Amino acid sequence: MRFKAMTAIAALVAAPLAVMAGPDDDELVINGEINIVTKTAAPAHLDGALTEIYSGWRFRSDETQALEMDDFENPGMVAVDAAREVWDTVDGSEGKACASCHNAVEDSMVGVKAVYPKWNEGAGEVRTLEMQVNDCRTSRMGAEAWKYEGGEMTAMSALIAMQSRGLPVNVAIDGPVQTAWEQGKEMYYTRYGQLELSCANCHEDNWGNMIRADHLSQGQINGFPTYRLKNTKLNAVHDRFKGCIRDTRAETFKPGSPEFVALELYVASRGNGLSVEGPSVRN
Amino acid sequence: MASGVKPRVKVPKSAAVGEAVTIKTLISHNMESGQRKDKQGNVIPRSIINRFTCEFNGQSVVDIKMEPAISTNPYFEFNATVPEAGEFVFTWYDDDGSVYNDNKPITIA
Repeated sequence: MRFKAMTAIAALVAAPLAVMAGPDDDELVINGEINIVTKTAAPAHLDGALTEIYSGWRFRSDETQALEMDDFENPGMVAVDAAREVWDTVDGSEGKACASCHNAVEDSMVGVKAVYPKWNEGAGEVRTLEMQVNDCRTSRMGAEAWKYEGGEMTAMSALIAMQSRGLPVNVAIDGPVQTAWEQGKEMYYTRYGQLELSCANCHEDNWGNMIRADHLSQGQINGFPTYRLKNTKLNAVHDRFKGCIRDTRAETFKPGSPEFVALELYVASRGNGLSVEGPSVRN
Repeated sequence: MASGVKPRVKVPKSAAVGEAVTIKTLISHNMESGQRKDKQGNVIPRSIINRFTCEFNGQSVVDIKMEPAISTNPYFEFNATVPEAGEFVFTWYDDDGSVYNDNKPITIA
């Protein structure tokens, strides 16, 4: 009798956990035509850490997931539409718009987001997409640089990311970027703040578990810029890093700082093989 | 005309006769309520879309009066029965007198 009662209790306890444990098996197809890889084998450099990688989309509720499956429902698209106008708008002293050199964004920016951050030979540094946009604005257009994680910049990077949707993330980790990549990896496994948490403590050791009310994902950034329901705007990846580090009660780095660029490179490389999803929708 | 206004409409391309189709509309608009003040303490004048209509072949489908409490980028979703092939015409009326239009044809499958 007693044994049976305990089994019943165990079943009751186990049932709700089973619902939330790990990612779900839903498949993401945007607009009924763009197939998005949200689960794939981990890249070779993650050997021993992860065997499979999952997009954060798999960890969200069905309602949130549905918002990303149709561009009309995706609230991030309002910002993308605004950026589309900016693309064609002349700004700065040189009388140029983005379109003056790059023509149609639908043609010229395909596959761009998938390989950023990447090495820029001329500047001798690792560059994120945002840094490249600002370089274009200041040195070619003669316009003012946008705030790194500001609304205009994030909308523009969403417009550019969108042209690569469905293509696999494929950032290089060797050659000239290797030093930055090693630095990013070091940061990923370093415990920060009063809570002494590293990225890996949550997103590698505990993904799929609940951290209080939140379902921990693997912290993949293939979906950035991300429209978050909590602050109803598109969020840049460095802003998200900042939020995470702040939550460990640490002093954070600045968006656009070399530390965050290195971390972005490393975290992006952990998602090599997943599809570019931006602008994605998360909670 | 207020800046950054862009109507977006989603209507199925075709429907069966008498079928109720779901129509979704969204217009990006600031919807300034007229209640807020700027840094100097001056009231920011009200600037909203005050009316939204949808017509099908000249017949009214919905006619909505909007008030200042409606959020930025107002979104409407409704069903319409399609008796024949034709065209949906969507119209938004701005406080400043601007009128924004969009139309979507629909065929009978």
